[in-house]
Amino acid sequence: MRRLLFAFLAFAMLVAASARAQLTIEIVGGAGTEVPIAIVPFENESNWPLGGITGIVGADLQRSGLFKLVSDSGIAPRPYRADDVKLGDFRARGADAVTVGSMRALPDGRVDVRFALLDAVKQTQLASMSYVVAPAQFRATAHKIADVIYEKLTGDAGVFSTRIAYITKQGSRFELIVADADGGNPQAVVTSNEPLLSPAWSPDGTRLAYVSLENRKPVVYVQSMASGTRQVVANFRGSNSAPAWSPDGRRLVVTLTKDGGSQLYLINADGSGVTRLLTSPGIDTEASFTPDGQAILFSSDRGGTPQIYKLTLATRAVERMTFEGNWNVSPRALPDGRGFVFVRRDGGRFMIAIQDYATRQVQTLTPGPLDESPSIAPNSKLIIYAAQQGSRGILAGVSSDGRVKQRLVSPAADVREPAWGPLPR
Amino acid sequence: MRKWIIVAFVMALVAGCQSTEEKAPVEEGTPAATTPAGSTGATTSGATTSGVTGTAGGPYSAAALKDPNNILSKRSIYFDYDEAAIKEQYRPIIEAHAKYLQVNKSARVTLQGHTDERGTREYNIALGQRRADAVKKMMVLLGAQEIQIETVSFGKEKPRREGHDETAWAENRRVDIVHAGE
Repeated sequence: MRRLLFAFLAFAMLVAASARAQLTIEIVGGAGTEVPIAIVPFENESNWPLGGITGIVGADLQRSGLFKLVSDSGIAPRPYRADDVKLGDFRARGADAVTVGSMRALPDGRVDVRFALLDAVKQTQLASMSYVVAPAQFRATAHKIADVIYEKLTGDAGVFSTRIAYITKQGSRFELIVADADGGNPQAVVTSNEPLLSPAWSPDGTRLAYVSLENRKPVVYVQSMASGTRQVVANFRGSNSAPAWSPDGRRLVVTLTKDGGSQLYLINADGSGVTRLLTSPGIDTEASFTPDGQAILFSSDRGGTPQIYKLTLATRAVERMTFEGNWNVSPRALPDGRGFVFVRRDGGRFMIAIQDYATRQVQTLTPGPLDESPSIAPNSKLIIYAAQQGSRGILAGVSSDGRVKQRLVSPAADVREPAWGPLPR
Repeated sequence: MRKWIIVAFVMALVAGCQSTEEKAPVEEGTPAATTPAGSTGATTSGATTSGVTGTAGGPYSAAALKDPNNILSKRSIYFDYDEAAIKEQYRPIIEAHAKYLQVNKSARVTLQGHTDERGTREYNIALGQRRADAVKKMMVLLGAQEIQIETVSFGKEKPRREGHDETAWAENRRVDIVHAGE
């Protein structure tokens, strides 16, 4: 029976993207200080009517909430090289930055893509890149170009080339979907008639851990992105859940109930070598590693109500981290090491908040009422999370300073449990 | 005569073993939620050792489990928000199932813990587990063996009632008692 299930899952994976309900992402609140940028269509771009590059670049930058697109209409002739740009024309239209570029088909079918980014205020060139790609790679190339522009103009790494994972529910059908960060190109990597939850990317992006209820109990799996094959990592007596990867990708911290009560254990990525981390009389769960791998943040009710604690692995010392309110759970360490994002309950509403290690200050980022599952972009600047819209689950995004808000809606399905993938290597 | 009853019992057990549903590999010899079909109920009453008979139609028989007039057909224990404490009104149900397990030594149950939709999925897996463990503890105190009871949690993943109000939430804060083979 299990063989059939595996075969079915493998088949379902091969029958890939086309029918997936795609996420569309809308900005619902901007930063207020967007950089105005003109993205001039590339030379010859209209030769590929089914999909160019600058449209995606513009959409990426606009969706980040940090950029405002300025039109180049009326500027003639249209510039395609840095030397041809009359910055004054663009300044007159309010642009602080300009990108220009060109696309040239090569005899072997690939395309030479070049672009330059100019600072219209300082009148300098900030970047110039060229790529030789097949048309099938236009979308990925556009994301790379957006990453370059974002980094040059904000100082932070762009995350447009990353992927997100999330779970959809349509009736009694559950899928674990992997898509581009803009919602494009969704692929189902797991399909099941029983709930799936807690997807977690390995740090190198090659594997996904997740929890499945297909065995009538929670079981932790690790699945290879390349092959689609998976193995059981934790199926002990009782419930097995909340997988989180160590930064070196070799181990996971998981919550197991095999010794009575929900407790934290380390386990190798192949399921061997279970080591208990802590013993407490209540619930310890929702662990996640700090980016230096030295500590684990987790939720526990050892103090009476659910709060967040930090376990330092070398010393096994446990320190309480949250002191405001009586319900703080689901810690996720920021990749830049400055703090963590979590879920707090206040007055019956569940909201996403961020706490700085140094100042211990807490800032609530979202309104609730049922916000959960925060996952942080690898540049620490954006948080994707699960929310409710009416009676439907949606995903939403908020910048780490709370100013930019996004909504990610799937027309057909209930969406939940987002996980932001790593920067591509 | 008793020798033949024991032989029949063992044969029924062996026959039942071959129909056990295949599951994912489980460590540490978890008692399987699906058990040999022949070992619970009607045909094996003579082999029980407690002195209380589990004869067909008796108070702790397989038929009683499904009899809507019998308390054993009640399978859900309900909880208050954020709580895993067992309310007094549910004790008789738990006691009945505990006695059933005491009488039918090879019977197995799985206690499935659930929560309402509020709160994070993983914290609710833990809360659901805590509820299931609370029911198990009471069953063991009332005569069941540890080995007969597995506790798992579905958190908020399998609500019995959809909805965003207290009526739905109350229905979902529960532990379901599932007997082997169901």
